[in-house]
Amino acid sequence: MTTVSTPVVRTTSERRRTGSIAWHVGALAVLAVVLYPVIWVLGASFKPSKDIIASIDLLPSKPVWANFSGLADGISGISIGSFFTNSLMYAGLAVAGVVISSSLTAYAFAKIRFAGRNLLFTLMIGTLLLPYHVLLIPQYVMFRKLELVDTLVPLVAGKFLATEAFFVFLMVQFMRGLPRELDEAAKLDGCGHLRTYWSIVLPLCRPALITSAIFTFINAWNDFMGPLIYLNTPSKYTVSLGLMMFRDQEGISNYGSMIAMSLVALVPVIAFFMAFQRYLIDGMATSGLK
Amino acid sequence: MTLVKEAPVRPAGKRPAAPAAGRRGRRRENLAGYLFMSPWIAGFLLLTAGPMIASLYYAFTRYNLFTPPEWVGFDNFTTMFHDPRWQKSVEVTLKYVVVATPLKLLLALGVALLLAQSRRGQGLYRAAFYMPSLIGASVSVGFVWRALFSDDAIVDRTQKIFGVDVGGWIGNPDYVLYSLVALSIWQFGAPMVIFLAGLKQVPRELYEAAEVDGAGPFRRFWNITLPMISPVLFFNVLLESIHAFQVFGSAYVVSDTRCGPADATLVYTCYLYQKGFKEAQMGFAAAMAWSLVVAVALVTAVLFWSQKKWVHYEEAAK
Repeated sequence: MTTVSTPVVRTTSERRRTGSIAWHVGALAVLAVVLYPVIWVLGASFKPSKDIIASIDLLPSKPVWANFSGLADGISGISIGSFFTNSLMYAGLAVAGVVISSSLTAYAFAKIRFAGRNLLFTLMIGTLLLPYHVLLIPQYVMFRKLELVDTLVPLVAGKFLATEAFFVFLMVQFMRGLPRELDEAAKLDGCGHLRTYWSIVLPLCRPALITSAIFTFINAWNDFMGPLIYLNTPSKYTVSLGLMMFRDQEGISNYGSMIAMSLVALVPVIAFFMAFQRYLIDGMATSGLK
Repeated sequence: MTLVKEAPVRPAGKRPAAPAAGRRGRRRENLAGYLFMSPWIAGFLLLTAGPMIASLYYAFTRYNLFTPPEWVGFDNFTTMFHDPRWQKSVEVTLKYVVVATPLKLLLALGVALLLAQSRRGQGLYRAAFYMPSLIGASVSVGFVWRALFSDDAIVDRTQKIFGVDVGGWIGNPDYVLYSLVALSIWQFGAPMVIFLAGLKQVPRELYEAAEVDGAGPFRRFWNITLPMISPVLFFNVLLESIHAFQVFGSAYVVSDTRCGPADATLVYTCYLYQKGFKEAQMGFAAAMAWSLVVAVALVTAVLFWSQKKWVHYEEAAK
């Protein structure tokens, strides 16, 4: 340690190299476990139904297309496309609702000084910790009385009314980080709040908006309990419910198509993730910290 | 650039006008504030505060959706506490929270420590580790899990190599809950990213100073890293345990739609769903929901109380 000579330098660089190899071995080991289920479903979707559970091979010995072509028949008379359209409608409306309502609310919290702001902000944060289940039953009763069960309204109403406090919070944090001089300058130039919101704050908030949009899309696409409670007609089912129906109707006999359908159902989420993972991960980290 | 130059000049010129506009300006600001957040206010009243009051009322009634609610006082709560399936659901949920949360956070922290070192490809690893957090909630992954943990599938076969034979976790009441635990641990990406962000905030100088003092890697972790990331650790513990209390989808999909076999995965929300939406006992379900709120509030309160003892905030250190 104390002697400063060439052999010491060499050992530290050697140590660094073995450290680096150990690091990659460790990271790859975790990666293998994490990606195993994803690769498994990819391989299984090309296996004949009877092989899916029983064969331990990750990839099929002889790939078959039957599982995917079987999907064209749909699930008890309903085409796969119908489930996808319904899910896309749900997710699309949810994204629009969250982006519009949450950014308006966040602007008020971050940029307007109005009486009662702190109290309302505390209330908003409080809803973050409230278990959703306490609202589930009265909301269901309400939407039933309004005869809105079996429509998308109960699923997206909350998104248009900024009830997803997480996204409001994310945007407030982001807007507070914007330089104050910008909106002060806008004010002096005669911009009202609407103008400042639309032309200055919103364009600068793009990362926070994109993060919220992607999270909302993926949450809506994966949502299971909401559609399970509110949708009754199979033609209105989302992909999640379609998958459940598949399992209940076809069961083990058509395991292959079920797995193929599972894979297809994951495609939009994985595609979104791959395209935007940087925004997602950074958004997650900043919202968690501040 | 121009903004910086003009800033000191313009406000100075405008300032005398401010008091005149004072009260009207303030009123206008209030109006603007409430207008901008009107979606949230409507949502809060219609979808949060209103339903909360309604569910508190339902909790003291017998209500089946078809006949008007009938006031029964504390009946729902006494029935609930004596209901063996409710007790079972509490037991299952506590077991799930207590086993899944620490394991998940331990893995998240371990991997975050690994990824905090700057190495080639760390961005790719980070993205890959995060992916399960996003797809894990889907029914698709539930099916995959069911397949991986069923009789004669990969997990079962791997165990047999070590001489353990339980015949698949899905069908075995003693093991099926742990397949859900495994699914939860697999989604360690979200807390990992938060840990990573926390680790980046730890000043390098602290480690260098400790190294000079001869502290080994373990001591440096225990005396520097852990205290410095304790606020982040606190945040993760709070968030993950609250989430764990509310698990539903995986229990419904991975085990079976009755959250079995033998009620082995009858998590709290699964029983709530059965009572409310299968048996139309809305009053009982509301009483269950309020008990969950109380439980979550208690856990939150205990965690906030305990943080004085183990969470170090920078302001306190100064």
